[in-house]
Amino acid sequence: MNLRKYLKVYKKFLHTSLASELEYKTNILVDLITAILSLIGSIFLLSIFFQNNGYIGGWKFEQALIIQGIYTILNGISNTWFNPNLTEIVKHIREGTLDFVLLKPIDSQFFISLKKINPSGFLEIMLGFFLLSYCIRINQINLNLSFLTLSLITISCSISILYSLWFFISTTTIWFVKTWNAIEVLRSFLYIGRFPLNSFSFSLRIFFSIFIPIAFITTIPSEVFLGLSQLWKILLEIIVAAVFLITSRKFWLFALRFYSSASS
Amino acid sequence: MISKLINRKIYTLLKVQYSNMLEYRVEIALWAISGIIPFFMLNIWTNNNLNESINISDIMLSRYFLCAFFVRQFSVVWVVFSFEEDSLMGKVSPYLIQPLNPFFRYLAQHLAEQLTRFPFALIIAFFFFIFNPESIWIPNLGILFLSIISTFLSFLIQFLIQSIVACLCFWTEKASSIERLLFIPTLFLSGLLAPVVSFPPYVKSWIYLTPFPYLIDFPANLLSGNETNISGGLSMQILWIFLLFPLFKKIWSRGTKKYTAMGS
Repeated sequence: MNLRKYLKVYKKFLHTSLASELEYKTNILVDLITAILSLIGSIFLLSIFFQNNGYIGGWKFEQALIIQGIYTILNGISNTWFNPNLTEIVKHIREGTLDFVLLKPIDSQFFISLKKINPSGFLEIMLGFFLLSYCIRINQINLNLSFLTLSLITISCSISILYSLWFFISTTTIWFVKTWNAIEVLRSFLYIGRFPLNSFSFSLRIFFSIFIPIAFITTIPSEVFLGLSQLWKILLEIIVAAVFLITSRKFWLFALRFYSSASS
Repeated sequence: MISKLINRKIYTLLKVQYSNMLEYRVEIALWAISGIIPFFMLNIWTNNNLNESINISDIMLSRYFLCAFFVRQFSVVWVVFSFEEDSLMGKVSPYLIQPLNPFFRYLAQHLAEQLTRFPFALIIAFFFFIFNPESIWIPNLGILFLSIISTFLSFLIQFLIQSIVACLCFWTEKASSIERLLFIPTLFLSGLLAPVVSFPPYVKSWIYLTPFPYLIDFPANLLSGNETNISGGLSMQILWIFLLFPLFKKIWSRGTKKYTAMGS
């Protein structure tokens, strides 16, 4: 019953935001070109790294492309859902319109995280899938059920971690009002998710696995693709994802207690 | 008399914008932090000994990336985003009545922001030297002076390009997506992520005809003491400014004729 209500509400969200976004059709085309160029640029950068070396951090070029593919999918997801919605939190809090959200008979986190959608992100997700399927071919990965379930599990864990990071930072807006550029900092850190974790020095590797778990986001799913991952890593990722999701939820509820509307 | 007036205008604009920017110093500190990508790239380069193939020592490369960070810090431009918002909100109308091109206001905003950003950039550089004490160097005064000029020229080129894009707001409303498109080649070809020397020959053959390597690679090479053609680089920068400025004036005069204030 409850689930059905949320599904119905989400359908309405999709409808309204798609309708408003499709008004800017050329914009979507420009965004598509941007996504393609951005992918070409990262592959170009990667090819520079591999110009005279066969391996970077123990990864071959063909294998590193898998990381690019996964990064592109995750970036597309961020652009479709996280970016348009979570930057809106800042506006809600600064203008006091969060009041209206809180008054609705629906979960506020659900409303705030899924209200909007940016269709041009879909194209990026598709690009990522194209690249991944190409990688599956050139790396001669044979598709079987266990591989598919494992990669599905790890990628959805990555999405959860990514979402929690975005949501966590957006929530701090309740205290600091302007944290829009804290998200920019997160974005620049996430940038390193395009490269295998092993290509960084030891101290950075520690930093990116403990403080900001970017390591989990792209490297572990890519290892699953190559059949290199150990079970404990996958289990660890599931645990980290669960911890992140639960903490971000708790943090939101905690932060709401400090919300005191605007100009009142 | 006239020069006195201009001086007063410039002085007042800068003063107002500087005090405005000081209010948002935390935000600006976060912006400064979000520019640390060059350091991650440096980490990949040195950690995998990629620099051996392009004949740049570890120390020179770390200086290069530090300088790239600095040049980027002082050539960040966001005039499209400000102008887009102002034009959508109808704020451009009062500016147009004033006997001063509104872009001077944005220029003053950027310069004031750079002034505010300066101490934060220094702090980041300080931390960089703590981790890499062997890369400390003191450029001689002449080189320092020339690289400040070339950084400023790089800033002007980007400011002009973005102002031209911003003027497209008069026609399309959402010009920022075009800017995001242009940002991709800037990111990958300017030398922020990899020095232009390392690019493969098929790119190097034409890249010096575009403005991109003069945005970050040239000033960074100059400041860090890496090999570069000083007079050639500076004259190309000036050439691009002379090419872009008339274009901006033309599109501005056409656009203002087209302008219809929102909500009127």
